[in-house]
Amino acid sequence: MDYVNLFVRSIFIENMIFAYFLGMCSYLAVSKTVKTAVGLGAAVIFVLFVTVPLNYLLDNYLLRPGALAWLGEEYANIDLSFLSLIMFIAVVASMVQLVEMIVEKFAPALYGALGIFLPLIAVNCAILGGSLFMQQKDFSAVSEAAVYGLGSGIGWFLAILAIAAIREKITYSNVPAPLRGLGITFIITGLMALGFMSFMGIKL
Amino acid sequence: MGKDKNKTSKSPVVLFVGEEKEPLFSKKNRELLSDPLNDNNPITVQVLGICSALAITVQLKPSIVMAIAVMFVMAFGNIIISLIRNLIPNRIRIIVQLVVVAALVILVDQILKAFAYDVSKQLAVFVGLIITNCIVMGRLEAFALGNGVWKSFLDGIGNAAGYGLILIAVAFFRELLGSGKLLGYEILGHKGVTMAESTGLYALGYENNGLMLLSPMALITVGVIIWVQRSRNRKLIEKN
Repeated sequence: MDYVNLFVRSIFIENMIFAYFLGMCSYLAVSKTVKTAVGLGAAVIFVLFVTVPLNYLLDNYLLRPGALAWLGEEYANIDLSFLSLIMFIAVVASMVQLVEMIVEKFAPALYGALGIFLPLIAVNCAILGGSLFMQQKDFSAVSEAAVYGLGSGIGWFLAILAIAAIREKITYSNVPAPLRGLGITFIITGLMALGFMSFMGIKL
Repeated sequence: MGKDKNKTSKSPVVLFVGEEKEPLFSKKNRELLSDPLNDNNPITVQVLGICSALAITVQLKPSIVMAIAVMFVMAFGNIIISLIRNLIPNRIRIIVQLVVVAALVILVDQILKAFAYDVSKQLAVFVGLIITNCIVMGRLEAFALGNGVWKSFLDGIGNAAGYGLILIAVAFFRELLGSGKLLGYEILGHKGVTMAESTGLYALGYENNGLMLLSPMALITVGVIIWVQRSRNRKLIEKN
């Protein structure tokens, strides 16, 4: 039951975009059409699903104070947590590189469709943010971290899908000239975030 | 701006940088500093570095700290990458950039923890997220990889200033309208339990707009700032 809890919570209540504004840059830049948005969203789900549990293992068996105790008594006092940022980003960058190579080899059509967006995931704040929030939340098992990663990925996917659909439709509306493009997207996202806040009171 | 231009043209600074026979603050170099403030603002025009800009702008103080931290990281990141730009193999440049930026961010993080612990607690993960702040990577990629050290430094400072400007503007409105304070001081008077105990605007029945403290209002505030900027600067208007 706990896992369902965590899953729903990470999708809706702690939505990466509407609650924390993470991954906004690519969210705004890539949401012009639904097709590219779906591709990028799927890639983000995958990378979050892989990197969050990986970083959880790194954090618990290498970085946090006392994490090295499995090596022997004398290592129990070592605190490497100041290295966590650099380790996390290295994991993210190498995972993105790996995903890129795998997709290029086995699904060249998808690779062509995603294009530049695939390497851009490395600097998507949502990915590193997922790992940093994981570190803050103190999960008790690696499976919880995996569920959290999957959930926040799906939350991001839903958000970019929704805004892309709205932006496709809004090209037919008469938006004031200075607001066209970026400005109206910001305001729509703000209104959507207000809507998502209605999930906040829910206790799971 | 006009005054500055006259000053420097009357007394030309003849410090040379490398082989370029160009004064330290030539017109081009000054544009590197001033362009990102308006015409090429990283947030409202280049769409870079939005994530952190929105999450921490509830109050003015963390926003100022964040702006300074980003300025530090961008200036030194640009300098370092521009120094080693001819040594980096093209294929692994992203990882090299990430490592340089991550090292600088760790430095900032540790300094904040040591000297400004409250603010560091408030900023929480967002200091770490400077690493993936697209504005840093974007300027490294777009500018520092192809330009000299001094120009990259100016570009870093200029873009960080443009970023900080929007950050501080958003935080100003959110803190003023949301909690009636600026930097923690009660600007609009003190709100007591009853109207008789209140002073300033609150005595007249003014209420804080709690909505401004919620995160969606950051997005809408930025949207309005873009609106104002583009209606004053028509050439930035997008076709659709």
